Amino acid sequence: MPAIFYSKDHEWVAIGDDGLATIGITDHAQHALGDIVFVELPEPGRSVAKGEACAVVESVKAASDVYAPLTGTVTEHNPAIIEDPASINQDAAAAWFFKMRLADATAFTELMDKAAYDEFLGTLS
Amino acid sequence: MVPFAGYDIPLQYAGIIAEHLACRAGAALFDVSHMGQAEVSHPAAFETLVTGDITGLKPGRQRYTLLLNEAGGIIDDLMVANLGDRLHLVLNAGRKQTDLDHLAAHGVDATPRFHRALLALQGPQAREILPEAASLAFMAAGHFEIEAIPCLVTRSGYTGEDGFEIGCEPDHAEALATALLARGAIPAGLGARDSLRLEAGLCLYGNDIDETTNPVAANLTWTIAKRRKMAWDFFGAAAVRAMLDQGAPERLVGIRLEGRAPARAGAVIQSPAGETIGRVTSGLFSPSLNAPIALGYVRAGHAEDHVPLALIVRDRAIPGTVTPLPFLPHRYAR
Repeated sequence: MPAIFYSKDHEWVAIGDDGLATIGITDHAQHALGDIVFVELPEPGRSVAKGEACAVVESVKAASDVYAPLTGTVTEHNPAIIEDPASINQDAAAAWFFKMRLADATAFTELMDKAAYDEFLGTLS
Repeated sequence: MVPFAGYDIPLQYAGIIAEHLACRAGAALFDVSHMGQAEVSHPAAFETLVTGDITGLKPGRQRYTLLLNEAGGIIDDLMVANLGDRLHLVLNAGRKQTDLDHLAAHGVDATPRFHRALLALQGPQAREILPEAASLAFMAAGHFEIEAIPCLVTRSGYTGEDGFEIGCEPDHAEALATALLARGAIPAGLGARDSLRLEAGLCLYGNDIDETTNPVAANLTWTIAKRRKMAWDFFGAAAVRAMLDQGAPERLVGIRLEGRAPARAGAVIQSPAGETIGRVTSGLFSPSLNAPIALGYVRAGHAEDHVPLALIVRDRAIPGTVTPLPFLPHRYAR
């Protein structure tokens, strides 16, 4: 099982044994966005800085940016969610957006673990 | 919940797409109590300020009309029903006080009924859900008792579907809504209301039309009654007539986009050659068409059906086509 961390922008980051980080949005995020109808993902090879808008999620009514939770280089994106954006609503934890090689392989320690993220969610609303 | 015109309104309940499709297939119930209701007792005076034939509006009939300023700009678009001894108005939430101030400034007394609740029951099953008012023709109004609640019902709406708008005193609104939901209507929020009206090609005040919009540019010339077009005797008529004679420099059009990314309000519209020719005023992903749609103004010469356009979304040009409105055929009771 990869270790999973969370950003305050409601992304999940799974750190695999291969050192690659897989990024998606949390169930809280998909619920807040509503029915997702379109996603735009960063192309492999793109360098992204932490906090940089690098993907877009469109619901019926609004567009939202997805920010890079950490700095690194995109290695792959998930064509399945481009084909079926609603799959993000159905299972946000499985519907990964893109994978990246981190510029600093230990940078994920800046992120929250599950308990800290749940606590953070409790402070919202 | 989202803030809208000073009210907190549910954006969605089960989800915009589910609510939208429920309205197209069955019946959806919207709480639109934010809309401003008002009464006017002098149709002839009121008529001088709007484009429609109001003195010719028969008792029990309803009409869509425009309140114009002197420059021909649209102060509000509204529904007016003749209740026999008075007119009943339904005004946009964000415009209701402006409207009444404008009427008062021109010597037309209107009594605000802003406290009144308004529920919209919309969809092909609306008539089965509300048999009490099924005798109403399209764009007709009447008083009915629903579950012993006195209601003013009109056969109209903002979705392109058959349906009713039901006004009652606020103390009765919750019981009325509960009863209609128990009869099978699906609760729907502001999000579905927007996607439904856009598919139906209906303007949203503040997005697609405002005080600077001449009705000719917004393709609302049809709201000018024949008699009013002969006499040109309504406030703002000279400016409308001039625009009709000269032709509007830009026109509101429907647009279908390629791909799945919607172009939102404010997106720039270009010709395929890259010249900026207009802007999107409403845009979203159409649940019924499973494709992005938009309303926007384009320069005359680009406003004909099937003209190719390019819409700028995140610095990229997305191909689009001028598309006849409505995007989805209306299915009003006939």
